[in-house]
Amino acid sequence: MALRGQFHDELDRLKFRIKKLAVSSVDAFDQSITALYEHDVEKAKQIINDDSKIDKEELEINESAILLIAKQQPVATDLRRLIVAIKASSDLERMADHATNIAKSTIHLGENHDVEIHPKLKEMASVAKEMVEIATKAFEQENVSLARKLAEMDDQIDEMYGQVTKEMLEMTANNPQKIQHIMQMAFVGRYIERFADHITNIGENIFYIVKGETFDLND
Amino acid sequence: MAQTNEQQSNETVKQTESKQTVYNVQNLNLWYGEDQALYDVNMKIGENDVTAIIGPSGCGKSTFIKTLNRMVEMVPVVRTSGEISYRGDNIFDRSYAVEDLRTKVGMVFQQPNPFPKSIYENIVYGPRIHGIKDKKTLDAIVEKSLKGAALWDEVKDRLDQNAFGLSGGQQQRVCIARCLAIEPDVILMDEPTSALDPISTAKIEELVQQLKENYSIIIVTHNMQQAARISDNTAFFLNGELVEYNDTNTLFSTPGDKRTEDYITGRFG
Repeated sequence: MALRGQFHDELDRLKFRIKKLAVSSVDAFDQSITALYEHDVEKAKQIINDDSKIDKEELEINESAILLIAKQQPVATDLRRLIVAIKASSDLERMADHATNIAKSTIHLGENHDVEIHPKLKEMASVAKEMVEIATKAFEQENVSLARKLAEMDDQIDEMYGQVTKEMLEMTANNPQKIQHIMQMAFVGRYIERFADHITNIGENIFYIVKGETFDLND
Repeated sequence: MAQTNEQQSNETVKQTESKQTVYNVQNLNLWYGEDQALYDVNMKIGENDVTAIIGPSGCGKSTFIKTLNRMVEMVPVVRTSGEISYRGDNIFDRSYAVEDLRTKVGMVFQQPNPFPKSIYENIVYGPRIHGIKDKKTLDAIVEKSLKGAALWDEVKDRLDQNAFGLSGGQQQRVCIARCLAIEPDVILMDEPTSALDPISTAKIEELVQQLKENYSIIIVTHNMQQAARISDNTAFFLNGELVEYNDTNTLFSTPGDKRTEDYITGRFG
């Protein structure tokens, strides 16, 4: 039997909880985009309500990781795994906060607005969701090639965000009476872009686990 | 003229190098009878460094450290090949006086082993053998050595008491002071804290940090966190082979060899 079985079991459990947190965050994000396009204020309120569960889960993951560091005094890759557990759960929690921000924009826009939600936002969200899938797989397998892919996808999102902002700016010039609504959409673009940045951070953390070095995939 | 300058400068470089390297172990093999315990060990040990030797039981780490002062030769069936140069001289040379080596290279063992004498007599034992008789000189050595071993304040008022009356941690520091009294160059420590409580262990670890200012220290330890805490370089031995020798920060964060990683993360041992 391998030594420190208990430690490795607990590491596996922690890893499982992080994957679950990723599912919760991406679910909140997915719901927030649906609510945005369907003008569903009730759903948006629900997302905001549920965010506290994600916050709680992040804290619990952090506490477990800190306890494991204190009790097991891991080194090398094992230590990096725990540091990354703390960092990744914080990124996932921030991602869920961006879902909440999108929900707040939906509430702000209200049920009866007549502004067409920019289709590019859905496209951005779809790439971001795919990024979470890849990041989860890369995290599970500690696969740096997959993690590297996240940088390219993040560039795609940044580019789309650039286009959306540009178009929104033009729209405000032509529809000054709708400036409040258009701004909310621009905010949503920004939240999706930030959401993707956090996934990229998780990708960087996978590099850190495997190589012990820090890489900037956001550049 | 230019050539002479170049020669001089080359010699300076050589001197600096030899000053910085205390031990240069080359292709060291060791057998206990038919059983080989060390395989082709190559390793340079630096001056004023704390060098930790880690590895599972039976990996050859204690054998290795005992080779550095030729103590291993007390086992009759031991055979070696290769070279260990200490300050530039091969300690296996027939002409090399083992007494000189052991004056320069002190050793502290796992179990504190003070002599059944007073604290004072424990410390002056070595200097007396070396012919020092003057009471004032001996007193000064006792004070300096006990201060060096961070024990002076605890025992200065009872130097005539038997060293056996001290706690385990204090006894170990008496042994370190006894070692310092002969003003060695290198201190070998073979699991010096494994029989001590955590407070005494912390004191010895702190002491090692102070001692490295003036001595080169080579420490065998089973406690990997201890190696990580106190050493500059760490050598990982496995089955008589030196698997990895690196600066401690690298070895404990990004080890180069899979076997090192598996050992330090507790996957075997």
